[in-house]
Amino acid sequence: MEITDKKVSLAKMPDGHEGAGFFATKLDDAVGLARKNSIWPLPFATSCCGIEFMATMGAHYDLARYGSERLSFSPRQADLLMVMGTISKKMAPIVRQVYEQMAEPKWVLSMGACASSGGIFDTYSVLQGIDRIIPVDVYIPGCPPRPEQVIDGVLKIHELVQNESSRRRYSEDYKSLMESYGFESGK
Amino acid sequence: MENELNKKVLEQLIKVFSDDIKSAEESYGMLSVTVSKNKIYAIIKFLKENTETNFNFLTDLTGIHYPDSKEDLGVIYHLHNFYKNHRIRLKIFFSTQDSYVDSIVDLYSGANWMERETFDFFGIHFKGHPNLTRILNMEDMLIHPLRKEFPLEDQSRKDKNDAMFGR
Ligand code: SF4
Repeated sequence: MEITDKKVSLAKMPDGHEGAGFFATKLDDAVGLARKNSIWPLPFATSCCGIEFMATMGAHYDLARYGSERLSFSPRQADLLMVMGTISKKMAPIVRQVYEQMAEPKWVLSMGACASSGGIFDTYSVLQGIDRIIPVDVYIPGCPPRPEQVIDGVLKIHELVQNESSRRRYSEDYKSLMESYGFESGK
Repeated sequence: MENELNKKVLEQLIKVFSDDIKSAEESYGMLSVTVSKNKIYAIIKFLKENTETNFNFLTDLTGIHYPDSKEDLGVIYHLHNFYKNHRIRLKIFFSTQDSYVDSIVDLYSGANWMERETFDFFGIHFKGHPNLTRILNMEDMLIHPLRKEFPLEDQSRKDKNDAMFGR
C-alpha cells in the first residue's frame, strides 16, 4: 500500500530566535504552548448540558483531539472547571469548594444558559449564573449548546491559556478579582 | 359509596370519631375524608392499628395552599392497606396562623422526610418531629416557597425589565 504524505499539523512554534542547535523564546510562550495543549478539564455536569458534554467527549466530536484526553475527577489535578448544567443554590457552595480546591493556574468555562445566567429557571431555588460565586473565563450560550460550540469554547480557553502572562496570577488585578469573590488571593 | 371497603372504613371512622369527620367523598373509587386537625394523629393511629382497617403503609404526605380560603393551609395523607390493596386519602385544613400539626413519625418512619419537605415548602410545623429542618432548600432560605404569597422568581435579578418580562 502506498503511504500518502498526510499533513500533520503540529502546534505552532512561538516567535523566537533559532540557529544551529538552539532555539530561544520567551518562557511565557513556551509554558503557554505546553499548557494550552494539555488541559485537564474537570466536568461539573449536573443536567441536560452534561449529556451534550458526553457527546463532546465521545468518539464523534472527540475533545481528546485538543489535548483534553484525560478528564480529571479530582479538582486538585484539574486546570479547567467546566460547569455544565443547572446549579441550584444548594449546589453553589459545592461548586465554590471545588473551585477553591483547584490549584492555580485555573480556568472556568460556563456551558449553557443555566450555568451562565440561570437560564429558563428564574426561580427561588436556582443560582442565577455561576459568575455570582466564582469568576468565569468563557461562557458558551445555548440550551443546550451543540458539541461544536463546546469545542469552540474550549478553544477560546486555549487562547486565554496560551496568551496568559506567567505573572498574571500574582498581579494586583487578579488578587482583587479573587477577593471580590471572597477567596483568599491565590498565592 | 360504591366500594364496600370504603363504606366499611368510613362507617368505622364515623363510629369512633363522629364529629371529627367533617366530610367524605369517593372519587375514582378512592375514599377521601376531611377530618379535624386536632384528631389527625389519633385517626391515623386508629386506621393503622385497627385490625379491620389495617392501613400499614404511608404512601405520601404533602402540603397544599389555597390562599383564598379561610383555612388556607392543608396537609394530605395517603395511606395504603397492603393486605387488601386498599387506599385512603385524609385531608386536614387550618389557617396559616395555626400551622402546627402533630407529627406521625412514630407511626410511620417514612413520614420523617415527607414532613420535613412539607415544612420546607409550606412552613407547616410538625409537633414532635425529631428533626424538623429544611430538606431540599438551602438552610438559610427565609421563605416557604410553595406558599402563594412568595414569588416564584429569584428576587436578586436586576437584568430583567418589567415591561418586557411582566414581573
Ligand atoms: S442550559 Fe438548557 S440544556 Fe443546559 S442545563 Fe440548562 S436547561 Fe439543560
